[in-house]
Amino acid sequence: MTAALSITNAGVRLGGNEILRAVNAEVQPGEFIGIFGPNGAGKSTLIRCILGLTPLVSGRISVFGVPAGRANQMIGYMPQSRANLEGTALSARSMVAAVAAGDGWGVPWPRRALREEVDRVIELAGVDHYADRPFAVLSGGERQRVGLAQALLGKPQLLLLDEPLASLDPRNQMRLIERVTEIKKTTGATILFTAHDVNPLIGVMDRVLYIAGGEAAIGSLDEVITSQALTNLYKTEIHVIRVEGNIFIIAAEGGVIESARHD
Amino acid sequence: MIEQLRDFLSYDFVRSALIAGSLAAVLGAVVGYFVVIRKVGFAAHALAHVGFTGATGAALFGMSPLNGMLIISLLAGAMMGIFGNRLHRSEIAIGMVLSVCLGVGTLFLTLYNGFAGQASAILFGNIFGVSWQQIIQIAWLSAGSLGVLCIFTRKLLFASVQPDLAEARGVSLSMLSIVFMIILAISVTLASQVVGILLVFTLIIGPAGIAARLFRGFWSGTFASVVIALAAVWSGILLACATNWPPSFWITSILFALYILVEIFCRFVLRTER
Repeated sequence: MTAALSITNAGVRLGGNEILRAVNAEVQPGEFIGIFGPNGAGKSTLIRCILGLTPLVSGRISVFGVPAGRANQMIGYMPQSRANLEGTALSARSMVAAVAAGDGWGVPWPRRALREEVDRVIELAGVDHYADRPFAVLSGGERQRVGLAQALLGKPQLLLLDEPLASLDPRNQMRLIERVTEIKKTTGATILFTAHDVNPLIGVMDRVLYIAGGEAAIGSLDEVITSQALTNLYKTEIHVIRVEGNIFIIAAEGGVIESARHD
Repeated sequence: MIEQLRDFLSYDFVRSALIAGSLAAVLGAVVGYFVVIRKVGFAAHALAHVGFTGATGAALFGMSPLNGMLIISLLAGAMMGIFGNRLHRSEIAIGMVLSVCLGVGTLFLTLYNGFAGQASAILFGNIFGVSWQQIIQIAWLSAGSLGVLCIFTRKLLFASVQPDLAEARGVSLSMLSIVFMIILAISVTLASQVVGILLVFTLIIGPAGIAARLFRGFWSGTFASVVIALAAVWSGILLACATNWPPSFWITSILFALYILVEIFCRFVLRTER
Protein backbone atom coordinates (compact mmCIF):
# COMPACT_ATOMS: atom_id res chain seq x y z
CA MET A 1 0.00 0.00 0.00
CA THR A 2 1.28 3.47 -0.89
CA ALA A 3 1.85 5.67 2.13
CA ALA A 4 -0.40 8.71 2.37
CA LEU A 5 2.67 10.74 3.20
CA SER A 6 6.28 9.80 3.11
CA ILE A 7 8.96 12.18 4.36
CA THR A 8 12.54 11.07 3.85
CA ASN A 9 15.50 12.99 5.26
CA ALA A 10 13.71 16.29 4.68
CA GLY A 11 15.76 19.40 5.39
CA VAL A 12 14.59 23.03 5.13
CA ARG A 13 16.44 26.31 5.38
CA LEU A 14 14.65 29.66 5.58
CA GLY A 15 16.63 32.87 5.27
CA GLY A 16 19.89 31.06 6.04
CA ASN A 17 18.52 29.36 9.16
CA GLU A 18 18.20 25.65 9.31
CA ILE A 19 14.59 24.96 10.30
CA LEU A 20 14.39 21.22 9.76
CA ARG A 21 17.11 18.69 9.16
CA ALA A 22 16.67 15.06 8.34
CA VAL A 23 13.01 14.68 9.22
CA ASN A 24 11.68 11.21 8.56
CA ALA A 25 8.08 10.12 8.82
CA GLU A 26 5.69 7.78 7.09
CA VAL A 27 1.94 8.15 7.45
CA GLN A 28 -0.51 5.44 6.39
CA PRO A 29 -3.82 6.26 4.69
CA GLY A 30 -6.59 6.98 7.18
CA GLU A 31 -4.29 7.88 10.06
CA PHE A 32 -4.89 10.85 12.34
CA ILE A 33 -1.51 12.38 13.16
CA GLY A 34 -1.08 15.08 15.77
CA ILE A 35 1.91 17.34 15.04
CA PHE A 36 3.41 19.09 18.07
CA GLY A 37 6.44 21.08 19.01
CA PRO A 38 7.39 24.44 20.48
CA ASN A 39 6.77 27.76 18.72
CA GLY A 40 8.96 28.14 15.65
CA ALA A 41 9.91 24.47 15.64
CA GLY A 42 8.81 24.15 12.02
CA LYS A 43 5.30 22.68 12.23
CA SER A 44 3.85 25.14 9.74
CA THR A 45 7.00 24.93 7.64
CA LEU A 46 6.58 21.18 7.35
CA ILE A 47 2.97 21.71 6.25
CA ARG A 48 4.12 24.22 3.62
CA CYS A 49 6.69 21.70 2.38
CA ILE A 50 4.01 19.05 1.97
CA LEU A 51 1.99 21.60 -0.03
CA GLY A 52 5.01 22.29 -2.22
CA LEU A 53 5.12 25.95 -1.16
CA THR A 54 8.48 25.78 0.61
CA PRO A 55 11.25 23.88 -1.17
CA LEU A 56 13.39 21.30 0.58
CA VAL A 57 17.15 21.67 0.59
CA SER A 58 17.57 17.95 1.05
CA GLY A 59 15.51 14.77 1.12
CA ARG A 60 12.09 14.36 -0.36
CA ILE A 61 8.40 14.31 0.45
CA SER A 62 5.79 12.35 -1.46
CA VAL A 63 2.04 12.40 -1.09
CA PHE A 64 0.33 9.14 -2.12
CA GLY A 65 3.46 8.28 -4.08
CA VAL A 66 3.60 11.62 -5.91
CA PRO A 67 6.40 14.11 -5.15
CA ALA A 68 5.12 17.10 -3.18
CA GLY A 69 4.16 19.96 -5.47
CA ARG A 70 1.78 22.86 -5.76
CA ALA A 71 -1.90 22.52 -6.57
CA ASN A 72 -2.09 18.91 -5.42
CA GLN A 73 -5.78 18.05 -5.66
CA MET A 74 -5.38 15.22 -3.16
CA ILE A 75 -4.56 17.67 -0.35
CA GLY A 76 -7.05 19.76 1.59
CA TYR A 77 -5.49 22.61 3.57
CA MET A 78 -6.69 24.78 6.41
CA PRO A 79 -4.15 27.59 6.79
CA GLN A 80 -3.23 29.13 10.11
CA SER A 81 -4.04 32.62 8.87
CA ARG A 82 -7.64 33.53 9.43
CA ALA A 83 -9.80 35.29 6.87
CA ASN A 84 -10.65 38.80 7.96
CA LEU A 85 -13.75 40.32 6.43
CA GLU A 86 -14.72 42.82 9.11
CA GLY A 87 -17.18 45.35 7.81
CA THR A 88 -18.57 43.14 5.08
CA ALA A 89 -21.67 40.98 5.09
CA LEU A 90 -20.18 38.26 2.87
CA SER A 91 -21.71 35.02 4.14
CA ALA A 92 -19.91 31.85 5.18
CA ARG A 93 -21.46 30.12 2.17
CA SER A 94 -20.09 32.79 -0.20
CA MET A 95 -16.65 32.28 1.32
CA VAL A 96 -16.78 28.55 0.68
CA ALA A 97 -18.20 29.13 -2.83
CA ALA A 98 -15.38 31.57 -3.62
CA VAL A 99 -12.86 28.84 -2.84
CA ALA A 100 -14.84 26.18 -4.72
CA ALA A 101 -14.91 28.33 -7.86
CA GLY A 102 -11.43 29.72 -7.36
CA ASP A 103 -9.50 27.26 -9.49
CA GLY A 104 -10.74 28.42 -12.87
CA TRP A 105 -10.75 31.45 -15.12
CA GLY A 106 -13.68 33.75 -15.80
CA VAL A 107 -16.62 34.78 -13.73
CA PRO A 108 -18.00 32.56 -10.92
CA TRP A 109 -21.40 31.53 -12.32
CA PRO A 110 -23.27 29.62 -9.63
CA ARG A 111 -23.29 26.27 -11.47
CA ARG A 112 -25.27 23.40 -10.01
CA ALA A 113 -22.37 21.01 -9.51
CA LEU A 114 -20.53 23.73 -7.67
CA ARG A 115 -23.50 24.53 -5.44
CA GLU A 116 -23.88 20.87 -4.56
CA GLU A 117 -20.21 20.59 -3.68
CA VAL A 118 -20.51 23.68 -1.47
CA ASP A 119 -23.59 22.23 0.24
CA ARG A 120 -21.77 18.95 0.80
CA VAL A 121 -18.76 20.45 2.58
CA ILE A 122 -20.93 22.86 4.54
CA GLU A 123 -22.86 19.93 5.96
CA LEU A 124 -19.74 17.85 6.50
CA ALA A 125 -18.02 20.63 8.43
CA GLY A 126 -21.16 21.37 10.43
CA VAL A 127 -21.52 24.89 9.10
CA ASP A 128 -25.11 24.43 7.88
CA HIS A 129 -26.77 26.26 10.80
CA TYR A 130 -25.02 29.52 10.11
CA ALA A 131 -23.88 29.19 6.49
CA ASP A 132 -25.94 32.17 5.39
CA ARG A 133 -24.91 34.53 8.18
CA PRO A 134 -22.15 37.08 7.58
CA PHE A 135 -18.72 35.55 8.19
CA ALA A 136 -17.67 38.66 10.12
CA VAL A 137 -20.23 38.07 12.89
CA LEU A 138 -19.38 34.39 13.46
CA SER A 139 -17.56 33.25 16.58
CA GLY A 140 -14.00 31.93 16.47
CA GLY A 141 -15.15 28.31 16.55
CA GLU A 142 -17.69 28.89 13.80
CA ARG A 143 -15.09 30.59 11.61
CA GLN A 144 -12.72 27.66 12.08
CA ARG A 145 -15.37 25.30 10.79
CA VAL A 146 -15.83 27.49 7.71
CA GLY A 147 -12.10 27.04 7.12
CA LEU A 148 -12.58 23.32 7.59
CA ALA A 149 -15.37 23.34 4.99
CA GLN A 150 -13.06 25.13 2.53
CA ALA A 151 -10.37 22.52 3.13
CA LEU A 152 -12.84 19.72 2.36
CA LEU A 153 -13.67 20.98 -1.14
CA GLY A 154 -12.71 18.57 -3.90
CA LYS A 155 -12.75 15.51 -1.61
CA PRO A 156 -9.10 15.56 -0.55
CA GLN A 157 -7.44 12.35 0.67
CA LEU A 158 -5.04 14.17 2.94
CA LEU A 159 -6.17 16.98 5.24
CA LEU A 160 -3.55 19.40 6.55
CA LEU A 161 -4.99 21.38 9.46
CA ASP A 162 -2.58 24.06 10.67
CA GLU A 163 -3.29 25.07 14.29
CA PRO A 164 -7.07 24.80 14.06
CA LEU A 165 -7.39 25.03 17.84
CA ALA A 166 -5.53 28.33 18.15
CA SER A 167 -7.55 30.96 20.04
CA LEU A 168 -10.47 28.64 20.75
CA ASP A 169 -11.80 28.05 24.26
CA PRO A 170 -11.68 24.43 25.55
CA ARG A 171 -15.34 23.75 24.70
CA ASN A 172 -14.94 24.91 21.11
CA GLN A 173 -11.66 22.99 20.87
CA MET A 174 -13.49 19.79 21.79
CA ARG A 175 -16.28 20.50 19.31
CA LEU A 176 -13.83 21.10 16.49
CA ILE A 177 -11.92 17.92 17.30
CA GLU A 178 -15.17 15.93 17.37
CA ARG A 179 -16.04 17.34 13.96
CA VAL A 180 -12.64 16.42 12.54
CA THR A 181 -12.94 12.85 13.89
CA GLU A 182 -16.35 12.56 12.30
CA ILE A 183 -14.95 13.78 8.98
CA LYS A 184 -12.19 11.21 9.26
CA LYS A 185 -14.80 8.51 9.81
CA THR A 186 -17.10 9.52 6.92
CA THR A 187 -14.44 10.39 4.33
CA GLY A 188 -11.59 8.08 5.35
CA ALA A 189 -9.18 10.97 4.84
CA THR A 190 -5.72 11.00 6.38
CA ILE A 191 -5.41 13.88 8.84
CA LEU A 192 -2.39 15.92 9.90
CA PHE A 193 -3.32 18.22 12.75
CA THR A 194 -0.82 20.68 14.22
CA ALA A 195 -1.38 21.94 17.74
CA HIS A 196 0.40 23.47 20.69
CA ASP A 197 -1.01 21.21 23.29
CA VAL A 198 -1.07 17.42 23.25
CA ASN A 199 -3.95 17.04 25.70
CA PRO A 200 -7.05 17.89 23.65
CA LEU A 201 -6.02 15.29 21.07
CA ILE A 202 -5.29 12.40 23.45
CA GLY A 203 -7.49 9.46 22.53
CA VAL A 204 -8.33 10.96 19.14
CA MET A 205 -5.08 10.80 17.25
CA ASP A 206 -3.51 7.55 16.10
CA ARG A 207 0.09 8.70 16.30
CA VAL A 208 2.18 11.72 17.24
CA LEU A 209 4.78 13.62 15.24
CA TYR A 210 6.88 15.74 17.55
CA ILE A 211 9.18 18.37 16.08
CA ALA A 212 11.96 20.03 18.08
CA GLY A 213 15.50 21.13 17.41
CA GLY A 214 15.11 20.59 13.67
CA GLU A 215 14.34 16.92 14.09
CA ALA A 216 11.20 14.90 14.47
CA ALA A 217 10.03 11.78 16.23
CA ILE A 218 6.99 9.84 15.11
CA GLY A 219 5.19 7.10 16.95
CA SER A 220 2.42 6.40 19.40
CA LEU A 221 1.76 8.85 22.21
CA ASP A 222 3.42 6.54 24.70
CA GLU A 223 6.51 6.15 22.54
CA VAL A 224 7.07 9.80 21.66
CA ILE A 225 5.79 11.82 24.60
CA THR A 226 8.19 10.38 27.15
CA SER A 227 10.93 12.09 29.12
CA GLN A 228 13.57 10.03 27.32
CA ALA A 229 12.33 10.59 23.73
CA LEU A 230 11.79 14.32 24.19
CA THR A 231 15.12 14.76 25.96
CA ASN A 232 16.78 13.24 22.91
CA LEU A 233 14.87 15.59 20.62
CA TYR A 234 15.35 18.82 22.59
CA LYS A 235 18.93 17.90 23.54
CA THR A 236 18.17 19.15 27.04
CA GLU A 237 16.58 17.42 29.97
CA ILE A 238 12.81 17.22 29.64
CA HIS A 239 10.28 15.79 32.07
CA VAL A 240 6.96 14.44 30.92
CA ILE A 241 4.51 14.43 33.79
CA ARG A 242 1.13 12.74 33.64
CA VAL A 243 -1.58 13.92 35.98
CA GLU A 244 -5.08 12.43 35.80
CA GLY A 245 -4.79 11.72 32.08
CA ASN A 246 -3.28 15.13 31.28
CA ILE A 247 0.27 15.50 30.05
CA PHE A 248 2.68 18.26 31.08
CA ILE A 249 5.98 18.72 29.31
CA ILE A 250 8.51 20.58 31.40
CA ALA A 251 12.13 21.52 30.79
CA ALA A 252 14.32 20.56 33.72
CA GLU A 253 15.89 24.03 33.63
CA GLY A 254 12.50 25.51 34.33
CA GLY A 255 9.54 26.55 32.28
CA VAL A 256 6.52 24.61 31.15
CA ILE A 257 6.85 23.74 27.47
CA GLU A 258 3.36 22.41 27.19
CA SER A 259 0.54 22.06 29.60
CA ALA A 260 -3.08 21.18 29.46
CA ARG A 261 -4.21 24.63 30.49
CA HIS A 262 -2.85 27.25 28.21
CA ASP A 263 -4.26 30.68 28.81
CA MET B 1 -39.75 68.70 -12.54
CA ILE B 2 -39.84 66.44 -15.60
CA GLU B 3 -39.79 69.62 -17.64
CA GLN B 4 -36.65 70.78 -15.85
CA LEU B 5 -35.00 67.39 -16.29
CA ARG B 6 -35.68 67.47 -20.01
CA ASP B 7 -34.20 70.93 -20.10
CA PHE B 8 -30.95 69.73 -18.45
CA LEU B 9 -30.69 66.77 -20.77
CA SER B 10 -30.93 69.00 -23.83
CA TYR B 11 -27.45 70.28 -23.05
CA ASP B 12 -24.57 68.42 -24.64
CA PHE B 13 -22.26 68.85 -21.66
CA VAL B 14 -24.83 67.37 -19.28
CA ARG B 15 -25.29 64.32 -21.48
CA SER B 16 -21.51 63.93 -21.81
CA ALA B 17 -21.13 64.21 -18.06
CA LEU B 18 -23.77 61.53 -17.49
CA ILE B 19 -22.13 59.13 -19.94
CA ALA B 20 -18.58 59.65 -18.67
CA GLY B 21 -19.81 59.56 -15.07
CA SER B 22 -21.67 56.29 -15.64
CA LEU B 23 -18.66 54.60 -17.22
CA ALA B 24 -16.34 55.60 -14.39
CA ALA B 25 -18.99 54.70 -11.81
CA VAL B 26 -19.57 51.17 -13.12
CA LEU B 27 -15.85 50.37 -13.30
CA GLY B 28 -15.20 51.97 -9.91
CA ALA B 29 -18.08 50.08 -8.30
CA VAL B 30 -16.92 46.66 -9.52
CA VAL B 31 -13.23 47.24 -8.82
CA GLY B 32 -14.20 48.86 -5.50
CA TYR B 33 -15.88 45.67 -4.36
CA PHE B 34 -12.54 43.89 -4.61
CA VAL B 35 -10.76 46.83 -2.99
CA VAL B 36 -13.10 46.40 -0.01
CA ILE B 37 -12.68 42.64 0.40
CA ARG B 38 -8.93 42.82 -0.28
CA LYS B 39 -8.63 45.74 2.15
CA VAL B 40 -6.48 47.85 -0.18
CA GLY B 41 -8.43 51.09 0.18
CA PHE B 42 -5.24 52.88 1.03
CA ALA B 43 -3.74 51.86 -2.32
CA ALA B 44 -6.65 53.51 -4.15
CA HIS B 45 -5.98 56.69 -2.24
CA ALA B 46 -2.25 56.50 -2.89
CA LEU B 47 -2.69 55.93 -6.63
CA ALA B 48 -4.82 59.05 -6.89
CA HIS B 49 -2.17 61.13 -5.14
CA VAL B 50 0.57 59.81 -7.37
CA GLY B 51 -1.67 60.53 -10.34
CA PHE B 52 -1.69 64.22 -9.45
CA THR B 53 1.93 64.50 -10.58
CA GLY B 54 1.02 62.86 -13.86
CA ALA B 55 -1.99 65.07 -14.41
CA THR B 56 -0.11 68.32 -13.77
CA GLY B 57 3.10 67.16 -15.44
CA ALA B 58 1.20 66.15 -18.58
CA ALA B 59 0.72 69.80 -19.58
CA LEU B 60 4.51 70.30 -19.63
CA PHE B 61 4.81 67.53 -22.18
CA GLY B 62 1.78 68.57 -24.18
CA MET B 63 -0.32 65.63 -23.05
CA SER B 64 -3.86 65.65 -21.70
CA PRO B 65 -4.12 65.40 -17.89
CA LEU B 66 -6.02 62.13 -18.34
CA ASN B 67 -3.14 60.53 -20.24
CA GLY B 68 -0.53 61.91 -17.88
CA MET B 69 -2.33 60.60 -14.85
CA LEU B 70 -2.97 57.27 -16.52
CA ILE B 71 0.70 56.69 -17.29
CA ILE B 72 1.95 57.63 -13.83
CA SER B 73 -0.70 55.74 -11.89
CA LEU B 74 -0.25 52.64 -14.07
CA LEU B 75 3.45 52.68 -13.26
CA ALA B 76 2.74 53.21 -9.58
CA GLY B 77 0.05 50.51 -9.63
CA ALA B 78 2.41 47.98 -11.20
CA MET B 79 5.07 48.81 -8.62
CA MET B 80 2.59 48.39 -5.77
CA GLY B 81 1.51 45.08 -7.26
CA ILE B 82 5.09 43.85 -7.49
CA PHE B 83 6.01 44.86 -3.94
CA GLY B 84 2.60 43.78 -2.71
CA ASN B 85 2.66 42.66 0.89
CA ARG B 86 5.83 44.46 1.77
CA LEU B 87 3.99 47.77 1.29
CA HIS B 88 1.71 47.13 4.24
CA ARG B 89 4.70 47.26 6.52
CA SER B 90 6.20 50.48 5.19
CA GLU B 91 3.74 53.22 6.04
CA ILE B 92 6.45 55.82 6.33
CA ALA B 93 7.93 55.04 2.92
CA ILE B 94 4.51 55.29 1.31
CA GLY B 95 3.75 58.55 3.08
CA MET B 96 7.05 60.04 1.90
CA VAL B 97 6.50 58.93 -1.70
CA LEU B 98 2.98 60.31 -1.73
CA SER B 99 3.94 63.69 -0.38
CA VAL B 100 6.86 64.07 -2.79
CA CYS B 101 4.45 63.25 -5.62
CA LEU B 102 2.10 66.04 -4.56
CA GLY B 103 5.10 68.34 -4.13
CA VAL B 104 6.41 67.66 -7.63
CA GLY B 105 2.84 68.10 -8.89
CA THR B 106 2.69 71.61 -7.42
CA LEU B 107 6.05 72.40 -9.04
CA PHE B 108 4.64 71.36 -12.41
CA LEU B 109 1.64 73.62 -11.82
CA THR B 110 3.92 76.60 -11.20
CA LEU B 111 6.22 75.85 -14.12
CA TYR B 112 3.36 75.76 -16.53
CA ASN B 113 1.98 79.27 -16.37
CA GLY B 114 -1.71 79.68 -16.85
CA PHE B 115 -2.31 76.12 -15.91
CA ALA B 116 -3.22 76.98 -12.33
CA GLY B 117 -6.90 77.20 -13.20
CA GLN B 118 -6.72 73.53 -14.10
CA ALA B 119 -5.53 72.61 -10.62
CA SER B 120 -8.94 72.68 -9.04
CA ALA B 121 -10.35 70.71 -11.97
CA ILE B 122 -7.75 67.99 -11.36
CA LEU B 123 -8.16 68.04 -7.61
CA PHE B 124 -11.93 68.26 -7.38
CA GLY B 125 -13.12 67.02 -10.75
CA ASN B 126 -14.58 68.68 -13.82
CA ILE B 127 -17.13 66.27 -15.14
CA PHE B 128 -18.92 68.96 -17.15
CA GLY B 129 -15.74 69.58 -19.08
CA VAL B 130 -15.26 66.15 -20.67
CA SER B 131 -15.02 66.07 -24.45
CA TRP B 132 -16.40 63.39 -26.74
CA GLN B 133 -12.88 62.32 -27.49
CA GLN B 134 -12.31 61.74 -23.76
CA ILE B 135 -15.57 59.84 -23.46
CA ILE B 136 -14.48 57.44 -26.17
CA GLN B 137 -11.16 56.94 -24.39
CA ILE B 138 -12.94 56.41 -21.05
CA ALA B 139 -15.28 53.89 -22.69
CA TRP B 140 -12.39 51.86 -24.10
CA LEU B 141 -10.50 51.93 -20.83
CA SER B 142 -13.50 50.83 -18.75
CA ALA B 143 -14.48 48.10 -21.20
CA GLY B 144 -10.91 46.81 -21.32
CA SER B 145 -10.49 46.86 -17.54
CA LEU B 146 -13.84 45.17 -16.93
CA GLY B 147 -12.98 42.55 -19.54
CA VAL B 148 -9.66 41.70 -17.90
CA LEU B 149 -11.31 41.73 -14.48
CA CYS B 150 -13.90 39.23 -15.71
CA ILE B 151 -11.16 36.84 -16.83
CA PHE B 152 -9.56 36.93 -13.39
CA THR B 153 -12.68 37.18 -11.20
CA ARG B 154 -12.71 33.61 -9.85
CA LYS B 155 -9.04 33.55 -8.94
CA LEU B 156 -9.14 37.08 -7.57
CA LEU B 157 -12.10 36.29 -5.33
CA PHE B 158 -10.39 33.12 -4.07
CA ALA B 159 -7.13 34.94 -3.40
CA SER B 160 -8.94 37.79 -1.64
CA VAL B 161 -10.97 35.54 0.64
CA GLN B 162 -8.32 32.93 1.55
CA PRO B 163 -4.86 33.85 0.16
CA ASP B 164 -2.86 31.04 1.78
CA LEU B 165 -5.22 28.37 0.54
CA ALA B 166 -5.26 29.96 -2.93
CA GLU B 167 -1.47 29.83 -3.05
CA ALA B 168 -1.52 26.16 -2.05
CA ARG B 169 -4.01 25.45 -4.83
CA GLY B 170 -1.59 26.91 -7.36
CA VAL B 171 -3.02 30.42 -7.74
CA SER B 172 -0.24 32.94 -8.32
CA LEU B 173 -0.82 35.65 -5.72
CA SER B 174 1.82 38.02 -7.09
CA MET B 175 0.49 37.83 -10.64
CA LEU B 176 -3.04 38.54 -9.41
CA SER B 177 -1.84 41.40 -7.28
CA ILE B 178 -0.11 43.07 -10.23
CA VAL B 179 -3.10 42.63 -12.55
CA PHE B 180 -5.45 43.97 -9.91
CA MET B 181 -3.33 47.02 -9.11
CA ILE B 182 -3.13 47.90 -12.82
CA ILE B 183 -6.91 47.71 -13.12
CA LEU B 184 -7.24 49.74 -9.93
CA ALA B 185 -4.90 52.38 -11.38
CA ILE B 186 -7.13 52.69 -14.44
CA SER B 187 -10.33 52.94 -12.43
CA VAL B 188 -8.83 55.49 -10.05
CA THR B 189 -7.79 57.61 -13.03
CA LEU B 190 -11.24 57.42 -14.57
CA ALA B 191 -13.00 58.11 -11.26
CA SER B 192 -10.80 61.18 -10.80
CA GLN B 193 -12.22 62.54 -14.05
CA VAL B 194 -15.60 62.62 -12.33
CA VAL B 195 -14.93 63.64 -8.73
CA GLY B 196 -11.29 64.71 -8.87
CA ILE B 197 -8.14 63.23 -7.38
CA LEU B 198 -8.88 64.20 -3.80
CA LEU B 199 -12.34 62.64 -3.82
CA VAL B 200 -11.58 59.43 -5.73
CA PHE B 201 -11.92 57.48 -2.53
CA THR B 202 -15.69 58.13 -2.43
CA LEU B 203 -16.39 56.72 -5.83
CA ILE B 204 -14.16 53.64 -5.48
CA ILE B 205 -14.81 52.74 -1.84
CA GLY B 206 -18.19 54.37 -1.19
CA PRO B 207 -20.63 52.32 -3.27
CA ALA B 208 -18.70 49.07 -2.81
CA GLY B 209 -18.29 49.58 0.92
CA ILE B 210 -22.00 50.24 1.38
CA ALA B 211 -22.97 47.27 -0.80
CA ALA B 212 -20.51 44.88 0.87
CA ARG B 213 -21.91 45.89 4.27
CA LEU B 214 -25.41 44.84 3.25
CA PHE B 215 -25.20 41.96 0.80
CA ARG B 216 -24.07 38.44 1.64
CA GLY B 217 -23.19 37.20 -1.80
CA PHE B 218 -20.57 38.23 -4.31
CA TRP B 219 -23.05 38.79 -7.14
CA SER B 220 -25.61 40.68 -5.07
CA GLY B 221 -22.83 42.80 -3.56
CA THR B 222 -21.27 43.74 -6.89
CA PHE B 223 -24.64 44.43 -8.48
CA ALA B 224 -25.73 46.63 -5.57
CA SER B 225 -22.40 48.45 -5.71
CA VAL B 226 -22.97 49.31 -9.39
CA VAL B 227 -26.56 50.45 -8.73
CA ILE B 228 -25.48 52.67 -5.81
CA ALA B 229 -22.61 54.18 -7.83
CA LEU B 230 -24.83 54.96 -10.82
CA ALA B 231 -27.58 56.42 -8.62
CA ALA B 232 -25.08 58.65 -6.79
CA VAL B 233 -23.37 59.88 -9.95
CA TRP B 234 -26.61 60.55 -11.86
CA SER B 235 -28.36 62.32 -9.02
CA GLY B 236 -25.16 64.22 -8.21
CA ILE B 237 -24.83 65.53 -11.76
CA LEU B 238 -28.53 66.46 -12.03
CA LEU B 239 -28.57 68.12 -8.61
CA ALA B 240 -25.50 70.08 -9.68
CA CYS B 241 -27.45 71.30 -12.72
CA ALA B 242 -30.36 72.33 -10.53
CA THR B 243 -28.33 74.07 -7.83
CA ASN B 244 -25.16 75.20 -9.59
CA TRP B 245 -23.19 73.56 -6.80
CA PRO B 246 -20.34 71.27 -7.88
CA PRO B 247 -21.26 67.67 -8.77
CA SER B 248 -18.36 66.43 -6.62
CA PHE B 249 -20.05 67.94 -3.59
CA TRP B 250 -23.34 66.24 -4.36
CA ILE B 251 -21.85 62.84 -5.18
CA THR B 252 -19.73 62.70 -2.03
CA SER B 253 -22.62 63.97 0.12
CA ILE B 254 -25.10 61.47 -1.26
CA LEU B 255 -22.71 58.59 -0.69
CA PHE B 256 -21.85 59.83 2.78
CA ALA B 257 -25.52 60.10 3.75
CA LEU B 258 -26.15 56.62 2.40
CA TYR B 259 -23.15 55.28 4.30
CA ILE B 260 -24.40 56.76 7.58
CA LEU B 261 -27.88 55.31 7.02
CA VAL B 262 -26.46 51.87 6.27
CA GLU B 263 -24.16 51.99 9.31
CA ILE B 264 -27.11 52.85 11.56
CA PHE B 265 -29.20 50.14 9.93
CA CYS B 266 -26.47 47.52 10.38
CA ARG B 267 -25.69 48.44 13.97
CA PHE B 268 -29.15 48.88 15.36
CA VAL B 269 -31.48 46.91 13.13
CA LEU B 270 -29.46 43.99 11.78
CA ARG B 271 -27.07 44.02 14.74
CA THR B 272 -24.31 42.64 12.57
CA GLU B 273 -21.73 44.28 14.78
CA ARG B 274 -20.24 42.07 17.43
